[in-house]
Amino acid sequence: MTSKRANPFAILDEDIKKRSKERYVLRLYISGITPRSTAAIERIRHICEKHLEGRYELEIIDIYQQPSLAKGEQIIAAPTLIRKLPLPLRRVIGDMSNEDRVLVGLDLRPNK
Amino acid sequence: MLTAKLRPATPQSDQLEKTPTGIRGLDEIANGGLPKGRTSLVCGNAGCGKTILAMEFVARGAVEFGEPGVFIAFEETPDELEKNFLSLGFDLKKLVAKKLLAVDYIYVERSEIEETGSYDLDGLFIRLGHAIDSVGAKRVVLDTLEVLFAGLSDQAILRAELRRLFRWLKEKGVTAIVTGERGQGMLTRYGLEEYVADCVILLDLRLQEQIATRRLRLVKYRGSKHGADEYPFLIDENGLSILPISSLSLNHQASTQRVSSGISRLDRMLDGKGFFRGSTVLVSGTAGAGKSSLAGAFALAACQRGERCLYFAFEESPLQIVRNMKSIGLNLEAMVKNGLLRFHAVRSSLHGLEMHLVTKHKAVDEFKPAIVVLDPISSLMAVGSPTEGKSMLTRLIDFLKSEGITAMFTDLICSGGGLNQTDNEKSSLIDTWISLRDLELNGELNRGLQIIKSRGMSHSNQIREFLLTNKGIDLLDVYLGPAGVLTGSARIAQAAQGKAEVLVQQQQQVRKQHEWRRRRSSLERQMAELRAQSEMEEEEERQIRAQEEALTKTLAGNRADLAQLRGTDQLVSRTPAKTKQNETTGH
Repeated sequence: MTSKRANPFAILDEDIKKRSKERYVLRLYISGITPRSTAAIERIRHICEKHLEGRYELEIIDIYQQPSLAKGEQIIAAPTLIRKLPLPLRRVIGDMSNEDRVLVGLDLRPNK
Repeated sequence: MLTAKLRPATPQSDQLEKTPTGIRGLDEIANGGLPKGRTSLVCGNAGCGKTILAMEFVARGAVEFGEPGVFIAFEETPDELEKNFLSLGFDLKKLVAKKLLAVDYIYVERSEIEETGSYDLDGLFIRLGHAIDSVGAKRVVLDTLEVLFAGLSDQAILRAELRRLFRWLKEKGVTAIVTGERGQGMLTRYGLEEYVADCVILLDLRLQEQIATRRLRLVKYRGSKHGADEYPFLIDENGLSILPISSLSLNHQASTQRVSSGISRLDRMLDGKGFFRGSTVLVSGTAGAGKSSLAGAFALAACQRGERCLYFAFEESPLQIVRNMKSIGLNLEAMVKNGLLRFHAVRSSLHGLEMHLVTKHKAVDEFKPAIVVLDPISSLMAVGSPTEGKSMLTRLIDFLKSEGITAMFTDLICSGGGLNQTDNEKSSLIDTWISLRDLELNGELNRGLQIIKSRGMSHSNQIREFLLTNKGIDLLDVYLGPAGVLTGSARIAQAAQGKAEVLVQQQQQVRKQHEWRRRRSSLERQMAELRAQSEMEEEEERQIRAQEEALTKTLAGNRADLAQLRGTDQLVSRTPAKTKQNETTGH
């Protein structure tokens, strides 16, 4: 990290630093145990361990088992990762193969 | 089974099965309904009525056909959706509580979504599947899928998923409607039509001379015959009404029953019985000739017979008509109150011709009148081009005839002008044509009535004077004299003159009789005189003859005496003639 003046993203960095203490509540909605679902689960676990160690909660829900939850959470795509906390609510859809975009989606990295 | 009932033609076993929509007219155009178990696309510009059509499809399915449905809304919130259903008269909450309808509201907000890697739309499938299973739905509406294109950026995934969705819907055996916004040069903006192979309905809202007309067209209907025209439709509190009005043929019944025109004298002119039931009557006339009054009398007579009458007015409000008719002794108010007479008053410029036709259809369908009055048709015809006007009139007349409704149209024509082209065009469509004319004479305008034609009956060919009094309408004989047709005060004057002439003639006759009598009596007198004279002369003659005889006798006596005296030995006859002869011989 360089000095505040030199970095135009200093404010965002500040934000991220602040975020670094916040608690994350995440839900991953999958549709059955498919290769895509398992890949998504593995990747999100990996990302969480890496960036949110000790301050996250990850719940995995199979919408096939609980279709009414899909309605309540406005799920259309699978897999969908929902960041319940911190607000605002964010959605990341896909198999989480692009780690950068997952981090952007979770506000863990500024969108460059 | 319902499909078969609605379909006019005999259904064939291998024919495509249909799901009736319950939307007025659509099932007729689509020859029974939408393809059963398949997906239909409804596309059109914003505000065309796509959502309403889709809503009606599920709601009518649930209420009228007992087929539960699913409505997936992408654009509206549950609250808005509920209000929209209510505006069509369907209680969404009740339908949901009765498990006749399942509603899901899908919210896709691009700014909330981050896409990372591949995904599928299983969420949508599961929700849809869940909704279908929860009510056992037979009908599904997706309104409108295109929101997904705005919310998700990966078109390749989206298109693959949509293809899967349509296939999946077919497998589910539900009859579905997806709606889509009209695109540039394409039916839908995102080319949804390429996924829907079976049935595509295009809705259109067009402005023509600032008047909007909604139209519907079945662009495609695989495996079924269907009406290919553009059909105008209407959206009102009962939803959509589409009228396949151009498909009518000339095979209506011809009734021999007669209906009174409401004016006994006019009935007498029409073969003594009035119009044929189900015929079309045109009353043409110049301004103020009494067209509306004639129509009013006709309407009132119908109501008094206990028949329903629907009165379309384009120039006056119902209250105004009621008031005006009261002034000539026609009490329409009571008929409005007892529900036999219904007014339908709109300015003709409110809709295009098509819409007018649709509203008329609808009003007639609802009210089921025996008599329809259109006052005046000229105002309606002026809305579009003459060709459109005639086509509209033809369809309207065909429709009314097929319903067995007796119709009276009034028509304003230019004063002074004869029968122009439009009149001739109208004439071929109508059965009875009554012409009301202003007869101008001696600085007076009087009304004349004449029947120009009346199909199927012998009618009077005479002009009658048409009188509007506060006791109603009356027809009078006009005075036909050497100077032509006389009406009004000229008729009265002429009649008075005629009366005077008769009087003079009568007096002359009396005088002549007097004279004859006098002359005869004078002749008789003369005859008596002559007779007296002849009697006198006869008398004289008799006297003379008597004298002569006496004289002869005396003379004869004297000769005998003389002879005796002369001593003549010859016997002298006593007869004078012989004596004379003897005398001559003797001498």
